[in-house]
Amino acid sequence: MILETITSPFQVDEKGYYGQFGGAYIPELLYPNISELAENYLRYIQSPDFQEEFNNLLRDYVGRPTPLYFAWRLSEKYNTRVYLKREDLCHTGAHKINNTIGQILLAKRLGKRKIVAETGAGQHGVATATVCALMGLDCIVYMGAVDIERQAPNVARMRMLGAEVRAAMSGSRTLKDATNEAMRHWINNPTDTHYIIGSVVGPHPYPDMVARFQSVISAEIRKQLAEKTGSELPDYVLACVGGGSNAAGAFYHFMDEPSVKLIALEAAGKGVNSGHSAATTALGKPGILHGSKSLLMQTPDGQVIEPYSISAGLDYPGIGPLHAHLFTTGRAIFVPVTDEEAMEAGLLCSRLEGIIPAIETAHALAYLEKLNAAPNETVVICLSGRGDKDLQTYINWFGDRLKK
Amino acid sequence: MQNTQTVTHRLQLLFAAKRNILNIYFTAGFPQLQDTVRIIRALSAAGVDMIEIGMPFSDPLADGPTIQQSSQQALDNGMSLRLLFEQLKDIRQYTDVPLLLMGYLNPVIQFGVENFCYAAQQVGIDGLILPDLPMHEYLSEYKPVFERYGLFNIFLITPQTAEERIRRIDELSQESFIYMVSSASTTGAKQGFSDEQCRYFERIAAMQLKSPKLIGFGISDKATFEGACRYAEGAIIGSAFINLLSQSTDLETDIQQFVAALR
Ligand SMILES: Cc1ncc(COP(=O)(O)O)c(C=O)c1O
Repeated sequence: MILETITSPFQVDEKGYYGQFGGAYIPELLYPNISELAENYLRYIQSPDFQEEFNNLLRDYVGRPTPLYFAWRLSEKYNTRVYLKREDLCHTGAHKINNTIGQILLAKRLGKRKIVAETGAGQHGVATATVCALMGLDCIVYMGAVDIERQAPNVARMRMLGAEVRAAMSGSRTLKDATNEAMRHWINNPTDTHYIIGSVVGPHPYPDMVARFQSVISAEIRKQLAEKTGSELPDYVLACVGGGSNAAGAFYHFMDEPSVKLIALEAAGKGVNSGHSAATTALGKPGILHGSKSLLMQTPDGQVIEPYSISAGLDYPGIGPLHAHLFTTGRAIFVPVTDEEAMEAGLLCSRLEGIIPAIETAHALAYLEKLNAAPNETVVICLSGRGDKDLQTYINWFGDRLKK
Repeated sequence: MQNTQTVTHRLQLLFAAKRNILNIYFTAGFPQLQDTVRIIRALSAAGVDMIEIGMPFSDPLADGPTIQQSSQQALDNGMSLRLLFEQLKDIRQYTDVPLLLMGYLNPVIQFGVENFCYAAQQVGIDGLILPDLPMHEYLSEYKPVFERYGLFNIFLITPQTAEERIRRIDELSQESFIYMVSSASTTGAKQGFSDEQCRYFERIAAMQLKSPKLIGFGISDKATFEGACRYAEGAIIGSAFINLLSQSTDLETDIQQFVAALR
């Protein structure tokens, strides 16, 4: 069973915490919705009919299992064994749909008629608009005004799919602000609407629920790696972290395997200390935002700092509570990657492997430059999404370099 | 009611003495950084019964556009908790009305919960409204600290709050009051009440709760204030007052007139 409960120090406890992080710090207005979810989500998602519907849709609609591809030219360049988990080949082009399929099935069982979501890069918005079309539910997606600009293709896709895209105009007008607006929308429409959050963030039970839906990524990696190498366990798993859902999915079935090194790549923007960064573990302290206690970029007064990254999906001042726990316990290491390093890695992957990655994903690829893995070691990188949505950003960045 | 304490709190005195209680919310440090005390004094002089001082936060989840904007403006002006306590240090020389601090948990945690409660007590604060502090966390971690510094924690109920939970909140609110959110919504000035809202007010009134209730969110003028007072001990006005402040050219006169028009 994909969504089974595992006992481990890295799983959420019965109170909704990962170590000191997590919880449900929500206004009373959302209490009925959140407690309804917390009390029922496991019963729903572990029921045989849910499992069957979820697995069928992942197979026939999303296109799972996604390939685990031995990237031989990257392997040659870095003198190690690099495997790419091809989440970019999911329907809609990123891992985000694993979660939205799960949540839409849950929303139907909760009797909800309408869906609200936030989006940064637009991938989660597209994945949500897609499943809403599939199930015939109304869909409203909040997106920061800055992101509407820089991820225009995804805005068009959402509209084509019948979703209403609403601009979030407050703060830095990016993912954090879109999340505020989506939560406010839910406060204003608590009975008929389900909130499909797009990452392992938010109040309990969202981080656990989203991690479970994404855990299919590492369940498949183990199986595929065994077929290809004779061992289920790689030496390294690399994934980028915005809120942390693709990383949670890629790490999930390896968290209790101490030999597997888990490496999360966060967006350093123009540099960790440049004042234009989204490197949460490097810059953050424990704090509360969007309903959970986690690491948070904030001023000494506890005001949230506006983050920056060239990648809309990583442009967020926090990380999910699971990741804060993985970081503080040392189970995973977190490394900042600059805009420039990520963009170069995106170009390199395009030219060496014929795969244009999302700029989010390019942050994970960039770490190959520094990893220094041995020739006989196995490195799995979660290729969380494709880069079609980012072409304009790539073109603007590289300018004349793309003409040859 | 069992009460082992000898001091009678300002909130208890107020609810024992009055009905149609008018509680006004404003954001500290807005419109100008140094307006905090001026506004409290003007409200007090105009005869309001209780004042909620908003502690601005960058991401106020339960607030609509008006309070979001006033919070952002206050932060841009340079408002902080440290400065707020500095501004309030002599406030009890000017007013006797109950004063509440309202805001979000993160700045309080960064200030240090105990330091915060100590500072609040020092300046004469009576209670706290922290919408994102869940009851469960309050009971397990915060209650002893709040009580040590004589601070009441004010709980919210909404049209969706289950009866059992309302009863639980009632037990915890008898020395203060229950903040009754008028509809499933974020804060913001609205015109009039729907039938559904009135049925909710009647349902709660029929529960015969032991704690006083103030209705807030969407109360904007004399009609909505009086409407709310038919079902509860009083009401809370926030966004409509913030709107007034943002347009005001003469705070004292405008506040005087705003309050007079509600009575
Ligand atoms: C392709 C891709 N990868 C990664 C992310 C970051 O999200 P998360 O950290 O939840 O995986 C996004 C978010 O939009 C994305 O589109």
